[in-house]
Amino acid sequence: MKLKTFKKGVHPAEFKQFSEHKNIEILPVPKEVFIPLQQHIGAACIPIVEKGMEVKTGQLIGRSGGFVSSTTHASISGKIKTIEMIPHPLGINILTIHIVGDGNDDWIELPEPISDWENLSIEQINDIVLNAGIVGLGGAAFPTQVKLNPPKNKTIDTFILNGCECEPYLTADHRLMVERTEEVVIGVRILMKALGVSRAIIGIESNKPDAIDIMTRATEKFWGIIIQPLEVKYPQGAEKMLIDAILRRKVPAGGLPMDVGVVVNNVGTALAVAEAVLKRKPLIERVVTVTGQGIREPKNVLARIGTSFQNLIDFCGGLTDEAVKVLMGGPMMGVAQSALSVPVIKATSGIVCLTDKNYIATKEYPCIRCGACIRACPINLIPTRLARLSQFEKWDDAEQCGVTNCIECGSCAFVCPAAIPLVQHIRIGKMRVAEVQRKQKIEEKIIKV
Amino acid sequence: MEEQQNIRTEETGQKPEAKPTPAPIAKVMERQLFVLSSAPHFKKPANVSLIIWLVVMTLLPTVGFSIYNFGLRPLVVIITGMLSAMVAEELVNLIRRRKLTIADGSAALTGLLLALTLPPGLPLSMVIIGASFAIIVGKQIFGGLGYNIFNPALLGRAFLQTSFPIPMTTWTTPRTIDAITTATPLGSFKFEKILTPYIDLFIGKVGGCIGETSSLAILIGGLILALMRITNWRIPLSYLGTVVIFSGILWFIDPALYPDPVFHLFSGGLMLGAFFMATDMVTSPITNLGTWIFGIGAGILLVIIRQFGGLPEGVMYSILLMNGFVPLINRYTRPKYFGEVKK
Repeated sequence: MKLKTFKKGVHPAEFKQFSEHKNIEILPVPKEVFIPLQQHIGAACIPIVEKGMEVKTGQLIGRSGGFVSSTTHASISGKIKTIEMIPHPLGINILTIHIVGDGNDDWIELPEPISDWENLSIEQINDIVLNAGIVGLGGAAFPTQVKLNPPKNKTIDTFILNGCECEPYLTADHRLMVERTEEVVIGVRILMKALGVSRAIIGIESNKPDAIDIMTRATEKFWGIIIQPLEVKYPQGAEKMLIDAILRRKVPAGGLPMDVGVVVNNVGTALAVAEAVLKRKPLIERVVTVTGQGIREPKNVLARIGTSFQNLIDFCGGLTDEAVKVLMGGPMMGVAQSALSVPVIKATSGIVCLTDKNYIATKEYPCIRCGACIRACPINLIPTRLARLSQFEKWDDAEQCGVTNCIECGSCAFVCPAAIPLVQHIRIGKMRVAEVQRKQKIEEKIIKV
Repeated sequence: MEEQQNIRTEETGQKPEAKPTPAPIAKVMERQLFVLSSAPHFKKPANVSLIIWLVVMTLLPTVGFSIYNFGLRPLVVIITGMLSAMVAEELVNLIRRRKLTIADGSAALTGLLLALTLPPGLPLSMVIIGASFAIIVGKQIFGGLGYNIFNPALLGRAFLQTSFPIPMTTWTTPRTIDAITTATPLGSFKFEKILTPYIDLFIGKVGGCIGETSSLAILIGGLILALMRITNWRIPLSYLGTVVIFSGILWFIDPALYPDPVFHLFSGGLMLGAFFMATDMVTSPITNLGTWIFGIGAGILLVIIRQFGGLPEGVMYSILLMNGFVPLINRYTRPKYFGEVKK
């Protein structure tokens, strides 16, 4: 089959060899966990437990805080020590529940497993997904039940499973497709049912031939599920790029995939949905790729949510002496960590430890207008101009040039021969413009009233 | 480190807490020497100076041919041009209390390009004046590399052309031909209606500026740059294409009065201008549509100047004029971004 892809983009070194053929290992139940009440996009969870309470594994500890929100569960059994603000891997302090384990890993009594999931109604599936605390596990952590509930005026005709894993180093989704194929496929079928669609396309980049192979065999008997091999290119895993690559549909600026009749979910999310429906298991663990030149034994680890980075890194033999940078996520969009005390959250797809050899810090030159960033930008923006407009705080011009459409993939900064931190400037501009837009909307409302 | 964290909180759009409670597990922070920076954490190594030095390398065939054509005198002009450009650059850097930028090669390239557009016999004092003008007024006044509006080398040449019109049009007879005439092919056609044989034109066995005579040598270097995607191929293509089409129309109207397109293509500084001057990244448009407009505009201007102007050659002014339009072109040729809807 011919490989599909989107226009532009970049191809950074993949570095997947460290962990792509390593089986997922299960991390021993940690002695303590830190579960932030905000691990997703939207409203934070509201804690329903108190300091000193005993909790069991899988017990609900944070309820949904709004329409765009999710739930949170205890990932080990034990006693709640504190509920306070502690550092979150996204670099902010977040209200977090600290559970000290009793070492037993006592599970709460889960509801009856459902084997005949095909008889479930759409509402029942949505309900299960919400109550299992499932959010997008690819990195953005958008609450899944919201995606499954498109407004009535949007017709969804295709479900896309995102198996691109286009970030260098990360191999968690790859391993899930290879090792837990059956469950992933059931997850896809459940999601198709929840969305009422008859077509699902699974996009996998061609650097995972074993995953393409095994997934093709597993989906052969299901009419309507197609495996689409894709060219290896970054940022193919970005929703808009993936939809364009597979279906040649362009999500309108400022719009969502549902505007072109598509819902995209990640491989990990599909597995979580399958587990939530079949085993009634809430989302309390995920696969994290612990990798990079800065770690002794790179591994794919199934870890409980709330496990500290330190714990995972120790499990993988510790950092090497050369390690200088620890990221949550991949090197293109990941967040650098200042301390290893931060917990694994639902969006932690990987812990990447870089050495200084990885990061070539070079002198910044002035922009010579070579246009490399323009040739790289998948959104067809002019990064060099946007960055400059941001620097000079020209918010109106930046907005007119489409700064809010930037998906912050970092391709521009990656290719810039002058080593200008383009996306970093644009990010600030994007945030400021969004702020101004919000204010304007509120003002308009006030005037209308 | 603090600044980085500020940026991070800005990114998530959350206000930092007024009094962040210290982490209960702060003791784990014994290894706090991690580098903090905002994504992406991967990047290709910077290679601005590599690009510039590569352009210098691709000009070597042209330099070589000029020595073959005119003897060692061009080499003296070239070295003088490059050295004085570099000295001027560093003098400005010293005055502006900036770091020295000689290593990036941009001054050397400007000096080289300027020298290639000069007559081989130009007095060296004028070469020094031209190169210094190119660097100081052409580039540094605007803020140095990347900020100039006009191609510095061409600006330097324009300055010399206006200041010293006689030495700038005094041509040396090439060693490769034994003709008595010392005019350039364009000049001989414009003023005496003598057409130079195409083969001599293409190989470069004609009079003219140091680096402009051999279309062959320029094409070798220019095509390498375009194939390596260092220069934008749309610029030479649209520039040369427009010249061929426009001059072709004129030739069709009156072949006696107007030379044919092939003559236009290989005579004067057109090849050098199209492959090495118009493609200067800094002074050409950044959008693809913009580069087409830029090339077509320069092509039309060139033929107008050559055919209807008082000068035999118009490459320099056609490019400089279009340079002036680049900010405007960039502004109005913004490509549609992904999913953009017309309002």
